[in-house]
Amino acid sequence: MRLELGKIRITDVQFGEKTKVENGTLYVNKKELIDIAMEDDRILSVNVELARPGESVRIAPVKDVIEPRVKVEGSGGMFPGMISKVKTVGSGRTHALVGATVLTCGSIVGFQEGIIDMSGPAAKYTPFSETFNVCIVIEPREGLETHAYEEAARRAGLKIGAFVGEAGRDVEPDEIVVYETKPLLEQVAQYPDLPKVGYIHMLQSQGLLHDTYYYGVDAKQMVPTFMYPTEMMDGAITSGNCVAPCDKVTTFHHLNNPVIEDLYKKHGKDINFIGVILTNENVFLADKERSSDMVGKFVEFLGLDGVLITEEGYGNPDTDLMMNCKKATAAGAKVVLITDEFPGRDGKSQSLADAVPEADALVSCGQGNLIIEFPPMDKIIGTLDYIETMIGGYEGSLRPDGSIEAELQIIIASTIANGYNKLAARTY
Amino acid sequence: MSKIKVVHYINNFFAGIGGEERADIPPEVREEAVGPGMALDAAFGGEAEIVATVICGDTYYGENMEAAKAAILEMIKKYSPDLFVAGPAFNAGRYGVACGSVAKAVEDELGIPVVSAMYRENPGTDMYKKDIHIIETEISAADMRKAVPKLARLGLKLAKGEDVGPPEEEGYHVRGIRVNYFNEKRASERGIEMLVKKMKGEEFVTEYPMPVFDRVSPNPAVKDISKIKVAIVTSGGIVPQGNPDRIESSSATKYGIYDISAMDSLGADRFMTIHGGYDRAFVTENPNLVVPLDVMREMEKEGVIGELADYFVSTTGTGTSVGNAKGFGEDFSKKLVADGVGAVILTST
Repeated sequence: MRLELGKIRITDVQFGEKTKVENGTLYVNKKELIDIAMEDDRILSVNVELARPGESVRIAPVKDVIEPRVKVEGSGGMFPGMISKVKTVGSGRTHALVGATVLTCGSIVGFQEGIIDMSGPAAKYTPFSETFNVCIVIEPREGLETHAYEEAARRAGLKIGAFVGEAGRDVEPDEIVVYETKPLLEQVAQYPDLPKVGYIHMLQSQGLLHDTYYYGVDAKQMVPTFMYPTEMMDGAITSGNCVAPCDKVTTFHHLNNPVIEDLYKKHGKDINFIGVILTNENVFLADKERSSDMVGKFVEFLGLDGVLITEEGYGNPDTDLMMNCKKATAAGAKVVLITDEFPGRDGKSQSLADAVPEADALVSCGQGNLIIEFPPMDKIIGTLDYIETMIGGYEGSLRPDGSIEAELQIIIASTIANGYNKLAARTY
Repeated sequence: MSKIKVVHYINNFFAGIGGEERADIPPEVREEAVGPGMALDAAFGGEAEIVATVICGDTYYGENMEAAKAAILEMIKKYSPDLFVAGPAFNAGRYGVACGSVAKAVEDELGIPVVSAMYRENPGTDMYKKDIHIIETEISAADMRKAVPKLARLGLKLAKGEDVGPPEEEGYHVRGIRVNYFNEKRASERGIEMLVKKMKGEEFVTEYPMPVFDRVSPNPAVKDISKIKVAIVTSGGIVPQGNPDRIESSSATKYGIYDISAMDSLGADRFMTIHGGYDRAFVTENPNLVVPLDVMREMEKEGVIGELADYFVSTTGTGTSVGNAKGFGEDFSKKLVADGVGAVILTST
């Protein structure tokens, strides 16, 4: 499977008569975006606001972030099984508006949505302080059940993400990157002397508002499977809302998976990147056993010499992480884990909820319990009403002047465990 | 700016008051730098000065720990110092324990920054390195010249509230505290580099060695539960409506004890869940799903259990550190035992 990803660099966002990209500026027609969201009668009202890097803006509670993309050549459309028909994606050509996002926010679904600061000391913890964000502020109809609200917000984000992506269809990209993974036997034969490496990608699937979708299938209802890495770049995997904000793998992060990106950089040089083993993080022990058994089986079947494993969430999924590590090791692969840490506010407790001796190579994405300060911002997109009950907040977190004291985990994707950030923890 | 005020703690030996035979002297205070305090005072370079030195024999401290500690705290409090320094104790075991114990008490109870210095095998190092900064020294006082400048430098930083660097930079014993920093490379890239090394059989350094958990071995089974008082303890975040104790929805720092004496069931009008780690829809409708008061009352009436305690204990499990959880358990278990509870049902979510 071969995908050309055309990167169109966005350096500003403005409202305009027509949704388009011109000289690096993304113009969006506010009414068009509102109309798309309002197609869903579960939504009471929608507003669109823009947030740019360096502005005194705080966005909360953020649900999902989507990079606008459009399928230019090749089969299928963006986000297959969700807003496009089910059709295998990942080949041909796709254009991405790099540096822009569509972001959903507005009154809270669960406890688990987060904050983005566009400037100030908290901005450095989230990648979305550096992007030009089209914020879709959603208000649900009164009495709407949380699952229905989550779904409505999720679909609105994906539809608007794809709509804005259309603006890049006929724009000449600033850069074209080609990603290619061949069918297994050919791929193995291409670099016979390099170690065969796979990526075990654990999807959040604890359920009850902790979900991820693969071609529209709820990940907790699937058994582990194997995929071409480029499928993800066309939105084969989309995020459900409501995972602890700090380690939420947003749809943006599925489109821009850093492990895949960096494995391709080493592909043909240090390693032979074979593909992605996709698995889940269900809560029942039988599911954990079944899924990790199958992950081990894939590692053996594919003859992998090494694997990287990432998780989404913390606590319960640490068990899946460790079971996968143990079974992938037993299947003959060298294993490296990438994850974040929760050692308590004083940093003195165990960072993980589970451990196995095989987990002797781990890369840290930072610890989420650290308390940080958020100064007041001039403008709030969304609402601060829920700060104290959001994950990472507590009584007294929100002060009357609008400043906040909270655990780092309240910031969207601040300790994301797929390795996207440079934040790490070390022992003092 | 006025000078930073320092109180220094040393034992009788370093104060020049005899050796082992005088190790039984009770604490005393002198309003000057004494023994190693003189070198320390000089190392502060004029930024700080030792206003008092507390001297205590190690034997006396060891045999009268609580009383000695209280007396020493009183002595220190009087000078309201900005920094407390204990030692260096090198490899003197009892001295090291005394330094660590006093320093921890000063930090906890007086809220004053503290620093000590010891050899890595001094038992005081292992006992107190998580609580306080302990500069690493060699085995004997021959290392005093090298230890004192490090002690002074870290002490000044702590007193001024400046950021403390990593152990290898500042020279203190690794404390086991996980601290964030920004690496030059993102985690995915570091992971791939680590994997390439691991596959080649080259040396690599994990960024987090696997933690050790203390496994709690279960007590023997209850022989006859029909004669036992049972209590419910939950990490499922059930609290009275309004969450009176303001327990956090994740990373709990507290727990609550809630009365159920006059109830046969947990009414949704009176109880709620604040747990941030699961969808609360069903539990909001029926809190008995997490604290099964309804079923327990039936079992109590049927005589299956002897009696149900008048209250349940509740906190939020999601994201709560092992340290906090252990603290809660140690704390409320005393009450359970005092109230004659013989068995506990733990419910989680």
